[in-house]
Amino acid sequence: MNGAEFLYGGAVKAFELIINLDPYVMSITGVSIKVSGTATILAALTAIPLAFALSFLNFRGKQGLITLVNTGMGLPPVFVGLFIYVMLVPAGPLGFLKMILTQEAMILAQYILVTPIIAGISLAAIKAVPGPIIETVYTLGGREKDAVITTLKEAKFGIITAILAGLGRALAEVGAILIVGGNIAETGSIAGIGEGLSRTRTLTTAIVSETSKWDISTALALGIILISLNLSVNLLANFFRGRD
Amino acid sequence: MVEDLFRIENLSMSFGDKKILKNINLVIHRGEIFALMGPSGAGKTTLLRILNFFEKPAGGDLFFEGTRLSHVREINTVRQRMSLLFQTPTVFNTSVFNNVAYGLKVRKMDRTAIEKKVKDALTIVGLQGKERQKARTLSGGEAQRMAFARAIVYDPEILFLDEPTTNLDPANVAKIEEIIMQVCDEKTTTIVLATHNIPQVKRIANRVGLLLNGELIEVSSKDQIFNSPSDARASAFIKGDMVY
Ligand SMILES: Nc1ncnc2c1ncn2[C@@H]1O[C@H](COP(=O)(O)OP(=O)(O)O)[C@@H](O)[C@H]1O
Ligand SMILES: [Mg+2]
Repeated sequence: MNGAEFLYGGAVKAFELIINLDPYVMSITGVSIKVSGTATILAALTAIPLAFALSFLNFRGKQGLITLVNTGMGLPPVFVGLFIYVMLVPAGPLGFLKMILTQEAMILAQYILVTPIIAGISLAAIKAVPGPIIETVYTLGGREKDAVITTLKEAKFGIITAILAGLGRALAEVGAILIVGGNIAETGSIAGIGEGLSRTRTLTTAIVSETSKWDISTALALGIILISLNLSVNLLANFFRGRD
Repeated sequence: MVEDLFRIENLSMSFGDKKILKNINLVIHRGEIFALMGPSGAGKTTLLRILNFFEKPAGGDLFFEGTRLSHVREINTVRQRMSLLFQTPTVFNTSVFNNVAYGLKVRKMDRTAIEKKVKDALTIVGLQGKERQKARTLSGGEAQRMAFARAIVYDPEILFLDEPTTNLDPANVAKIEEIIMQVCDEKTTTIVLATHNIPQVKRIANRVGLLLNGELIEVSSKDQIFNSPSDARASAFIKGDMVY
């Protein structure tokens, strides 16, 4: 078998896995979407109000928070994973929560990774709304609340872009969820492919393990799905950027 | 009946150590078109921004209908009765209708009344039928007229205009001047017009205040200031001898 045949055979089997909606592959995809989607929604619910607070309010510790957001945008995922791991292991300070190696732990890790990203990009989108637009709200009799709503409307495409950037980042992330989730699937095997259904196994962590087990076609199938998801997110982001 | 609507006493303003406004004393009468005339850099915009509470003066007092303005609450209430049109028109990124309706929505007017008032205001500025157009696609002159409609739609008692016709072609200038006089007559709106345009002042103002280098040199009726100015600098400015 030469190199081209090897690649070709792997790709054909990969497409078969996708087209046949292979349960193992689908369960992994489902966990990825659920974990990253939930983390992104929770992060957006925190980050967008935070960005508005940082733009409109003056309070003690504001500069510190801005620094935290900026630093958080570049946090190494494995570090976040390690930090949450030591918090959540049975001997750790939050061990009583029994969250280690669960999807909730993965959501928590991605929430911490994604919140600063959404906050940072939203903050930039809010800052990009021209000052005279906000002042116009006041000239027309509007109050602070109206200024906030108008800013939200003016910056909405930028904020949507921020959320999609966060989702893209979460879907592609591997280090943190591997550590706190453990890449676990049910024992046993379905139709001899992979293992049982995914519990904490995601597209990214499964690609790592399938590749190391030399199951190239399954890894390729997962890779194709991952890339398609990320591509869709990016296309959507581009669409909204174009609308602005 | 001449009634004091706005009174300014001993008002001064500095940016850094630069004195921008020096001991301004001025009364705006209800129902008049008052021209705040002066060369570029005289401090006209700064004075309008103070009267709209965007800048805090270094010293002096503001009275609205005889009441000294001091608290944020009073300022918000007074702001609701005023309107300011910026020199460069601002456009909310939405339809013409939503732009013009803004001040009415802020005042919680009901939908039918809003539709009628927006229609009337658009007719006054010659933009009837453009409700559904995206405001960002208006030409410069149209955007300025839309901003004008937005500023008058809620019948403010006092309307501040900052160089409302600079950068407009002659047809739009004539249109805006006509609207200013119409609004003053029909809606009995008091108008404060900041401008460096002497012919415009001659065409539409009732009373004139000449602002030079932050000093209010002369305040008098239009006839008086143009026919027998009491200050040598005033007569030089009016004759166009003043180099600025
Ligand atoms: N925010 C500011 N900071 C510093 N200087 C300013 C600011 N705004 C205006 N100025 C200065 O104040 C003076 C008056 O400006 P302005 O009120 O815009 O004049 P006008 O509207 O009559 O042309 C100018 O010298 C201008 O440079
Ligand atoms: Mg100006």
